[in-house]
Amino acid sequence: MNVLWDLYAAWFRMGLFTFGGGYAMLPMIQKEAIEKYHWATEDEIMDYYALGQVTPGIIAVNTATFVGYKVKGVAGGIAATLGVISPSLVIITIIAGLITNFSDIPIVQHALGGIQIGVCVLLFEAIRKLILKGVKDIPTFVIFAAAFALNYFTSIPTFVLVILAGATGYAMFLMKGQKEGNA
Amino acid sequence: MKEFLLLCWEYFKTGLFAIGGGYATIPFLREMSVKYGWFTLDQLTTMLAVSESTPGPIGVNMATYVGYSQFGIPGAIGATLSLVAPSIIVICIIASVLERFKQLKVVQGIFSGLRPAVCGFILSAVISIFLVSLFRTDALGAGDFGSFFKWKSILLFAALLAGYRLPKKTPHPIFLIVAAACAGMIFSF
Repeated sequence: MNVLWDLYAAWFRMGLFTFGGGYAMLPMIQKEAIEKYHWATEDEIMDYYALGQVTPGIIAVNTATFVGYKVKGVAGGIAATLGVISPSLVIITIIAGLITNFSDIPIVQHALGGIQIGVCVLLFEAIRKLILKGVKDIPTFVIFAAAFALNYFTSIPTFVLVILAGATGYAMFLMKGQKEGNA
Repeated sequence: MKEFLLLCWEYFKTGLFAIGGGYATIPFLREMSVKYGWFTLDQLTTMLAVSESTPGPIGVNMATYVGYSQFGIPGAIGATLSLVAPSIIVICIIASVLERFKQLKVVQGIFSGLRPAVCGFILSAVISIFLVSLFRTDALGAGDFGSFFKWKSILLFAALLAGYRLPKKTPHPIFLIVAAACAGMIFSF
């Protein structure tokens, strides 16, 4: 019961302080799910992000369900997901009901302008950590660089790139097996 | 009641077929607007602006907004739960399969290809956000190098980064977001 509450509360915090979509949540996930509660490792979060790209639904929600399920099965998945959507339900309902011109209010715009820079700092730190940890030899660097270039400079849908990267991993696995088989 | 169930059904379909982030739900919302006239495309733009400027995943925010605009609080809850229901079902199934097959060498091989790729996708998103937030790319196109850098934003970036990196124990991201919001209000960002 306690774990379910922790899942709900932690994902509530992550939803409450994430501005933007799935990737913007990464710094919060690193802090809460990885460092504080040890619910998942950095590698597992990367796996969930990859699977979240090729499965239906919003990435942030999928990641919450994955982590929740890993910790406490279906009940955990539901608790984490309800946690991540609760802040939206409350905040949007209030804004939609009361302040229809919310995004035009000057003070809101100034605050959001500052938050945007704050998100840049958090993402800069998050991606720095990820690259230092995840890109460690020539094959991983090649996949990393190719995925970045194709994602940034072409309009190939991300889920296609995920499938390509998975196929590359599979091919690398087969080649390694052959080498070991020959030796 | 029939309309309410229809809204939930449309959102369930959106959750089931929108693959990727929150922006992937927009085509489905456009379709709802055209098909049922629940909101105009103009209103959709407003909803998107509010969803981007409030905490929480954009797709979830949009669902809550659309649901509330149609049926008040029950609509907000109905649309949002319908959006996430397919995720909960599909992801729980995949997660249970994943737990079982994770030990297989071949699955580990596939994931060893996926992880660096995800790093690449995130870097690509981060660079896009950096370009918009810290630079004026259109100034570069016009040959105006002087105003290419948003100096005020770059200064705040450096200050926040220092405040985040220098303490021995890295502060919680929440503090950084709050500090950034305050700085934004004080210095009129």
